[in-house]
Amino acid sequence: MIYLDNAATTKPCAECVRAMNDAMSGTFGNASSLHKMGTVSMQIMARAKKNLLTAVTGGKSAFDGNVLFTSGATESNNTALLGSIHRFHPIRGNAKKIVSTAIEHPSAASVLTRFEEDGLDVVRLAPKNYEDFTGALIDAVDDSTVLLSAMAVNNETGFKIDIPRLYRMVKRKNPKTIVHIDAVQGFLKIPLDGDLISISGHKIHSAKGIGALFIRKGAAILPLISGGGQQNNLRSGTEPIELIAGLDAAVKAYKGDYKQFAMLKNCLLEELSKLEDIGINSDDNCVPNIVNFSVRGVRSEIMLHSLEESEIYVSSGSACSKGKKSGVLDAFGVSDKDADCAVRVSFSAENTPEEVRILCEQISKTIERVRR
Amino acid sequence: MKEIIMVKYGEIALKGINKKTFEDMLQNNIKRRLKLIGQFSYSRNQSTIYIEPLDDSDVNIAVEALKKVFGIGAIQKCAVFPKDFDIVANNLGEYLRDALEDASSFKVEARRADKTFPMNSPQIQQALGDAVLDAFPHLTVDVHNPEITVRLEIRDVGAYLSAERITGAGGIPVGSSGKALLMLSGGIDSPVAGYMMAKRGLVVDCIHYISPPYTSERALLKVQKLCEKMTDYCGDIMFYCVPFTVIQEALRDNCPEEYFTVLLRRMMMKIANIICERDKYGAIITGESLAQVASQTLPALYCTNAAAEFPVFRPVIGMDKIEITEIARKIGTFETSILPYEDCCTVFSPKHPRTKPHIGDILKAEEAYDFDSMINEAVSKTTVQRFKYGEETVFLD
Repeated sequence: MIYLDNAATTKPCAECVRAMNDAMSGTFGNASSLHKMGTVSMQIMARAKKNLLTAVTGGKSAFDGNVLFTSGATESNNTALLGSIHRFHPIRGNAKKIVSTAIEHPSAASVLTRFEEDGLDVVRLAPKNYEDFTGALIDAVDDSTVLLSAMAVNNETGFKIDIPRLYRMVKRKNPKTIVHIDAVQGFLKIPLDGDLISISGHKIHSAKGIGALFIRKGAAILPLISGGGQQNNLRSGTEPIELIAGLDAAVKAYKGDYKQFAMLKNCLLEELSKLEDIGINSDDNCVPNIVNFSVRGVRSEIMLHSLEESEIYVSSGSACSKGKKSGVLDAFGVSDKDADCAVRVSFSAENTPEEVRILCEQISKTIERVRR
Repeated sequence: MKEIIMVKYGEIALKGINKKTFEDMLQNNIKRRLKLIGQFSYSRNQSTIYIEPLDDSDVNIAVEALKKVFGIGAIQKCAVFPKDFDIVANNLGEYLRDALEDASSFKVEARRADKTFPMNSPQIQQALGDAVLDAFPHLTVDVHNPEITVRLEIRDVGAYLSAERITGAGGIPVGSSGKALLMLSGGIDSPVAGYMMAKRGLVVDCIHYISPPYTSERALLKVQKLCEKMTDYCGDIMFYCVPFTVIQEALRDNCPEEYFTVLLRRMMMKIANIICERDKYGAIITGESLAQVASQTLPALYCTNAAAEFPVFRPVIGMDKIEITEIARKIGTFETSILPYEDCCTVFSPKHPRTKPHIGDILKAEEAYDFDSMINEAVSKTTVQRFKYGEETVFLD
């Protein structure tokens, strides 16, 4: 099996599985229990938070804020967006602009659409229209901007935004603008910053069902889920200590290395250059672990299933859109025709150049079979 | 181009013949912090310590650590150039880009400590302003309210260019005033009191009283966490943990309820006295603030103070809660302090405590029982733990 769909999900690493197993079979106390067993679980959670706060910035200094554990990035994005806009509902009168992009994941984009229906102005910028996209987002922020929401790394192409610069400049322009970063694909890949940062566990070799929202000190949101008041009353419900332990272990054990990904991407581009009529949709401003390209004349789904026959797994654009046209590639300036035959390859640290070569061999064979 | 950190003295610049002792102490304190970050070399000149990274250590992380070292007046990151103005002018763009690219206004300041340098300060200032404008034509000069101040200092060993001056923690180096024992409760005030006395040069170690099962493991973890957080400013801290349950129970069973609070404070003082005497502390520090609670009224403080044999420092005595909270937030202890775990002070706390206790009544109440032997036993069962700067061992949510 050659698994090249790591932007869709990753294999839980051994460290994660072990940590989850330990937490389930050994220390299964409720973190809210005041006795020793509860305290042990609470400490597992506190340790995990500490580790995450350092990991998220990608630097040596920790993120100045707290971590909210969620069921995944969809909940993180919903909590960030709904939580901050609900909070500001009373002042909507003058502050009603939201700046975002045309390349957001549906878990953010659909919430933004709801805001639009509620009468807020949502500006969605498309990368194809700007040479300096980070700068364009900064320029779009003005006195009336209540929220900026942008993804750090696009899941379909790997396109990245200079997040530290974006955050610094937006705050300088309007300190009241809340900056939300959807960092599902950016976490552990590029430096991050923001008032609210969403991440997902299963994209970094942890289990599914766990994600987090980083909340900067001073950034206030309202909860989506009410109840027993866990997690500072921002997300009620007993904390899933085993999932949290697994996430913590996966972050610590994460091996993704920029250089290795760059080497794999170069290898892939080199192999693809030997084939005819290939369009590369992931340029130099993309993280190297995601490569989107179009094999003209072969529809994405046919390519996907053909590779599947040789146990090679890739994606046709975004896994979440399940064949539905997402419009994201269009926002990058990819033509409809090229989007129809787009393939996304996404690496993990376990992939090898040899696997890339086998992939390209199979692509070549598929082209021969299908392109007539 | 080399980037270094210039550390300028605070109060110790004003010291007389004993200045060197303070300087040595400050430099040692700095070294102890920075060795966790990387390798640095140190040199001193004209009330400034020059810190140069010897490996690829992150200067910004070092600056963050230095912000919490007492004795430092100001911190500047600088690029070092040869003492040739043309070289500085031709190369400043690269170094200042991060600071100036997104700024809108600036001013320049120049200082010529090396009087052999051919240009005087006003001339340097003029030429530097021109050079900055050449490199960043979008900027405007604003001498009254600049976004960024670009500084150039011509010193004996080189020309130092910087765009950022950070205010230091002030005070005098920890250790230069001796050592004292802080009564750390878990509330907001006592960590602030410890911080303030460390700022006056004291090594601050902590004493805490636990009363299980009336107080919980989490309450202890909370205080340990506070201790750990205080090491950012105070350096390493010894943590004394006193088992206090039997004393509290004896108070409950043998003394009038209305005096509990004051008697409790006196017992704590007596234990602290013995430890101060034994382990050579010169003073006791408390987070008492006048009239904040029943045990902190003037008559109550009189009664507590009467049990103390060492000087008692109460740096927050004249501050209100808002002022104290502001400092607690600044030093990062506030969020831990407000975690909802009870400490021993609230165990058996009377419904109507006496706010104007009389020392005669208090002494009489104490005679009701042989507290001295209990106090000695508590001291002998006291555990000691070291919290080291830069080490995180307590995890609490």
